[in-house]
Amino acid sequence: MSKLSYGPVLFNWSPETWRDAHFRIADEAPIDSVQLGEIVCSKRAPFLAPHLPAVIERLQAAGKEVILASPALVTTERERQAVRELIESADLPIEANDIGALPHLAGRPHMVGPLVNVYNEQALAWMAKRGATRVTLPAEIAGPAIATIAAAAQALSVEVEVQVFGRLPLAISARCYHARALGLHKDGCQFVCGQDADGMEVTTLDGEAFLAVNGTQTLSQSYHALLPELGALTGAGVTRFRLWPHACDMVAVARLFRDVLDGHAEPGPALETLRGLLGGAELANGYYHGKQGVAFAAE
Amino acid sequence: MGAFELICPAGTLASLKAAVDAGADSVYCGFRDETNARNFPGLNFSRAEMRQGVEYAHARGKKVFLAANTYAAAGRFAPWKAAVDDAAAIGLDAVILADIGVLDYAAGRHDGLGLHLSVQASASNPDAIRFYQEAFGIRRVVLPRVLTTADIARLNQEVSIETEVFVFGGMCPMAEGRCALSSYVTGLSPNSQGVCSPAEHVRYEERGTQMVSRLGGYTINVFEKDEPAGYPTLCKGRFVARGKTSYLFEEPTSLNAIGMLPELKAAGVVALKIEGRQRGRAYIQQVVSAHRAAIDAFGAGRAVASDRLGAVTEGGRETTGAYTKAWR
Repeated sequence: MSKLSYGPVLFNWSPETWRDAHFRIADEAPIDSVQLGEIVCSKRAPFLAPHLPAVIERLQAAGKEVILASPALVTTERERQAVRELIESADLPIEANDIGALPHLAGRPHMVGPLVNVYNEQALAWMAKRGATRVTLPAEIAGPAIATIAAAAQALSVEVEVQVFGRLPLAISARCYHARALGLHKDGCQFVCGQDADGMEVTTLDGEAFLAVNGTQTLSQSYHALLPELGALTGAGVTRFRLWPHACDMVAVARLFRDVLDGHAEPGPALETLRGLLGGAELANGYYHGKQGVAFAAE
Repeated sequence: MGAFELICPAGTLASLKAAVDAGADSVYCGFRDETNARNFPGLNFSRAEMRQGVEYAHARGKKVFLAANTYAAAGRFAPWKAAVDDAAAIGLDAVILADIGVLDYAAGRHDGLGLHLSVQASASNPDAIRFYQEAFGIRRVVLPRVLTTADIARLNQEVSIETEVFVFGGMCPMAEGRCALSSYVTGLSPNSQGVCSPAEHVRYEERGTQMVSRLGGYTINVFEKDEPAGYPTLCKGRFVARGKTSYLFEEPTSLNAIGMLPELKAAGVVALKIEGRQRGRAYIQQVVSAHRAAIDAFGAGRAVASDRLGAVTEGGRETTGAYTKAWR
């Protein structure tokens, strides 16, 4: 049966907000697996640490699979050390979001996250040989390529996961654009990224909605939404679908995706419901249909 | 070779010859298809041209590397396989790769064909580099442009293969190989098609006294008539956040680290790379000879003239990028 995954939370939510969001997922959402951890900015990580044990316990008690996600861009010695410690001390599965996490995971079952480049079945086979049990594909891969990779995955007994909801992580940098936009240095950033629960909206000079900035990360402003596509994805052998956490009612979002997967809701009306849950925000599905990611193509 | 190996770009056979004549130690180029990250119309090498280029360079004791550094498309591995095999058959000295599938194919298959890890692989720490080294036997890594010289120095203490860094030319503020901004608005990306902010999606529109530059239908910048209208590379555009207009990601600027040769040497860097396979022969000639002179001056303990390249930087502006601590 197809499964839904949630997280990791990409934004700098207050520790209590972060904790409560996960508690609610544990208690109410039809989510099967949850990725936990701060993967965007190492400066934020210490704030979540005190709440991690309680969140893990609550999720596990609710029967959710809990996975610890490793950081996306590792450059400093301190960040490297954190990855090593995360992997060495964890008795939970790890999702690698930087290639640098892989040597520490050799021979140990693990997941490969969406921020590691697996674009083809050759790379997938290589990851599987090294112990990957699940690979989440990068956002820009189109439907036919997903199907090719998913077909290869079945023969390799690897699970393929696809991103189906949320602002898409498009880029990561060593530079903090939240700090830069507000005239601050990264080292003295005052954690201004915490002011934007879904990222800081960036518009063009013509006032058109464009991107969203989350510290060192740049996301789409449109919400990626694959609902009518779930049938084809499932048919192609994709077994798990990732929802990126947002400030909206994520329990309702998860139920919507679950209902469409189970045939209890029609995808078309579900898209309208989703738009309503997002306050009318723009949706996108272009990548899946081989177009620009921002496009919203009718099937 | 002097204090550093100087690696120069070539998009055409004429540029390759110009780079060799101007003092390149090595030239990097790509085949005319989607296997390389500068897959622009009218650019790159046929197999026959590559053969001539390699002959020209080898006759003068110089090397040629093939950039085959895009990510192979699912279900369509043939072009990447052919690029690696033909590089070996033609006698190129190394292939520059990013994709794990392509690296896996190339590893150990052709004697004498070195493997370099492309900047597009975004190997930004010793663990990642060691991983590629142990898995595929890479000889050299091109470091992402997200590291400070202090980061590079620390990294080189732990890494036993050669490190190459970009010293001049266009630069990405994002971690390379991990950026889908271009495909988000045009459908075409560096990783998949080998292009960023491609020209066929660019429009310039006059609007009263202003010139608007657009990419994929989105306004990337607005210029007054008397201002030069720069190319709308997405991350070098002007946008609005919190009501404030700015070059949010990066100004239209070029990397110029020619003044940082002592720091890069001390950091253990072996090779310096110039960006710009899409540039014309005259540009290549000018930039390569300036770097040759700078490296030779540095090697001989003379002062390095760092002001020869202002005229060819983007918008006349330069940056040392992440190398200095300015990004922190």
